[in-house]
Amino acid sequence: MSDSHNTPIDQDGLDRRSFLKGSGAVAAATAVHAGTAAAAGEATGEVEKGWKPIQLNVNGEQVTVKVEPRTTLLEVLRYQLDLTGAKPVSSDGSSGASTVIINGKPHVASTTLAISCRRKKIETVESLGGENPDAVPLAFVEHDAQQCGFCTPGFVVAVRAFLNKNPEATEDQIRAGLNGNVCRCGTYAGILAAAVSVVKGGN
Amino acid sequence: MAFLQDEKKPEGGPYNWPARGETSVIGKDHNRLEGLAKATGAAKYTYDVNLKNQLVARALGCPHAHCKIGGIDTSAAEKVPGVVHVHILEHAQPGAEINWQGELLAIVAAETEGAAAEGVAALKVDYELLESFTSDHDLAAAEAAGRAARGGGKVQTTNEPGDDEDEDEFVDKEIARLLDEAKYVVEGHYGIDAITHCCLEPHGSTVEWQGDKLNAYLSTQNVSGTDDGFANSLGISADSVDVTCNYIGGGFGSKFAADYWGIAAARISKETGRPVKLMLSRDQELKIGGNRPSGYIDVKLGADENGLITVWDSHHWGSSGISGGGVSHTVVPYVLVPDNFRRKSTSIKINMVRARAWRAPNHPQACAITQTAVDDVAAAMGKDSYDVFMTNLANATNGKADVYAEEMKIGAKAIDWKANWHPHGKGKAKGSVVEGLGMALHTWGGVANTSDCTVKIYPDGGVESFCGTQELGTGTLTVCAMVLAETFGLTVDDVKVNIGSSTYPFSGASGGSTTVGAVSESHRRASQDALRALLDLAATKLGVEAGQLEARGGKIQVQGDGTKSLSWNQACQLLGMKPLEVTRGHVRGDESPLSSSGVGGVQMAHVAVDIDTGVVKVKRFVAVQDQGLVINPQTCKSQIYGGVIMGIAASLFEQRIADPKSGAFVNAELGSYQLARIGDVGDIMVELYEPDSERERGVIGNGEPPAISPMAAISNAIANAIGVRVPVAPFTPKRVLEALSTAGRS
Repeated sequence: MSDSHNTPIDQDGLDRRSFLKGSGAVAAATAVHAGTAAAAGEATGEVEKGWKPIQLNVNGEQVTVKVEPRTTLLEVLRYQLDLTGAKPVSSDGSSGASTVIINGKPHVASTTLAISCRRKKIETVESLGGENPDAVPLAFVEHDAQQCGFCTPGFVVAVRAFLNKNPEATEDQIRAGLNGNVCRCGTYAGILAAAVSVVKGGN
Repeated sequence: MAFLQDEKKPEGGPYNWPARGETSVIGKDHNRLEGLAKATGAAKYTYDVNLKNQLVARALGCPHAHCKIGGIDTSAAEKVPGVVHVHILEHAQPGAEINWQGELLAIVAAETEGAAAEGVAALKVDYELLESFTSDHDLAAAEAAGRAARGGGKVQTTNEPGDDEDEDEFVDKEIARLLDEAKYVVEGHYGIDAITHCCLEPHGSTVEWQGDKLNAYLSTQNVSGTDDGFANSLGISADSVDVTCNYIGGGFGSKFAADYWGIAAARISKETGRPVKLMLSRDQELKIGGNRPSGYIDVKLGADENGLITVWDSHHWGSSGISGGGVSHTVVPYVLVPDNFRRKSTSIKINMVRARAWRAPNHPQACAITQTAVDDVAAAMGKDSYDVFMTNLANATNGKADVYAEEMKIGAKAIDWKANWHPHGKGKAKGSVVEGLGMALHTWGGVANTSDCTVKIYPDGGVESFCGTQELGTGTLTVCAMVLAETFGLTVDDVKVNIGSSTYPFSGASGGSTTVGAVSESHRRASQDALRALLDLAATKLGVEAGQLEARGGKIQVQGDGTKSLSWNQACQLLGMKPLEVTRGHVRGDESPLSSSGVGGVQMAHVAVDIDTGVVKVKRFVAVQDQGLVINPQTCKSQIYGGVIMGIAASLFEQRIADPKSGAFVNAELGSYQLARIGDVGDIMVELYEPDSERERGVIGNGEPPAISPMAAISNAIANAIGVRVPVAPFTPKRVLEALSTAGRS
């Protein structure tokens, strides 16, 4: 998760470690994102704090956003980029509703600091839509794998990431591999059928 | 704002549904229309509405289950960079008593979520702690703490007391006599813990003022009925409030009102002159967003030589929160009620927020705590549970014994009951794993709610409808479109359905499985009368009687004769310059050929229990459900899958856990408030029971019924597997091992 082994000064002129140091106390006081507070560490001192512009690569586009050390990727996506597909459901990441793909792997955006995502490729559920939707959301529609739909974007991304890695997944593997996401309405039968159909279709 | 419409609606009709085999849309699977928008993140829920210049608000929830507020110091919070406004709620003024954990005390509105949360953390509150009580399962403790009160009850006996006989004494003797005469007597304790609604989109709203008018984007099951709530509290008229909800992230009976936090958001918005978004946090959603009452029961019953229950004597207790309450006595015992019974209940007050209506209020708990006792009759007899349930259909009080019998046969075939059945506790173990079967049955009303719909047909052939209902994820939008398409002989893609706004004609709240009937009524009525008007014009043009015409396949044609026809667009051109507009509605409770109420439903579970670890797995589950005429089988089945999966969660995982000392709700996060995951639900089979006798009843809602039976069916399957009753749901590994240990079987 850490990119600190890379060049410490990024193209946006920010030293991530010192940036995080600057707001340790602030981050620790933030009740909503307990996980991110721990990530910020216990450093103190006036080094860097407040809002800083950083660059992110989201759905193939390079965008400039403003973040504090505590700003999560989910907040950036939802409030600055109006990409509201990823949903805020749990503060501890246990719902999987904010799942996005970062450098090819599924991550929970609600517990990922925006600043840790620089120089990484971020793909959100919106990248699976548009004029030619991906096979996974199409299969979700065909198999009615959704009801209220609030967990659905997270599930769609999780299924996409899982099948990218396991294109020949069996039903049992799908059941085991998607336990990081939760649905309240009870759409699992449809999700399973949708994922199996994507495997069969080779997409 | 209410939709303007004629006060006096012209009489229309008659109204009817096409016969089976003559439909082009109804009764055939159709993918939900909003499916792709949801699956690609394009659908905008209340939480997703970002208004220009909006503030994001967060609330402080009370950390204590019972306390007095000394005062709230907001000075540090106000200094937090980004914080714009701090609002102390009226019920949190100094001296106020707070009776449950999570109750909101103050709200901080800020430029960002982070700043709002930091502001909340900077609020300093003086609390005076008071004694709390949250042990709703513990009747003796509740009585000792002065928290128990006599609840409802009823006695019914075939024999009557003599004129000079004391009634209570007579009943005591009569029940004792009947139990004494019974061939089998079962004594048991059963229960089900409280669970929470746990909507994935928490309760909340995004609000903005335009002058004196309030626009509220509200996560609600009640689009047409929440403007009043805002208006009354804010001292404005209901027509100054527009409520919008295009998508709602979960609503199972807890989202019918603006709620005080919605009102507070509107006040903060007024105060700051900026739009405000206020959604509950996850722990607040679990703590105050609604819960289902607990229920625990002691039962003694007697049955005859065939297993038919002849006498029932029970005392149940539980809590709906601070006001007491619990499971209504009117549904105890559930569906299968013998001629002689005595039921009493005790209401327990606990330091938890009041319950909110949860999918089939009272029924799931009543089923879970009484149809388990029915199964224990089979266990006591060493007989097949299926046969004992079949025998007890003679006690069905809703006139549905025949429907249940047919549904039981279908379910038994699907789950291969005969091949998999063994007497309780006598199955062959594979290593430490034993399997078992269980069943339960349920009932619900599902009457059509009040609903109005305006249908517009445009001269260019366009069709549009307006109705102030809401899409909960149940498939309502698609049902509306299917009904219009069927009536007009068009495809679903040819019609545009508008719902989700209080500016549209009134439609009732979505609760109690009342929506599919409601919208089917209003859309069918409005479209049938609109079509009649159009057929009149077409008849003149074609030189035939209007009664000879039908709308089919995109044409207005002489019935059965496609050669004498107009295309839909040609017919609509006859309207001239002005669209045809028809508003029709249905009033809840009115007799109608289009809808009715009252359903049954049977469910069967096949489980595997590891007696070393106590882990229960649902292997297979069968749900057989009647619901009158089915408009869209695909989304109808999805409702049933959903009800079953929710029931599996409540059977094996879900429970609100309170610390008995502090009263704290200790598992109010999704990591610890466990729901079923995709790997937990086994193979679920859904059978729609729709013979002609059901279809001719018209449309009936099915949102609630499938969520009722799972806990009893799974409990019975576990008892069948291990030969011991695990008394209280959820049937966690700990409870399974305790039950085995108590019975000396581990």
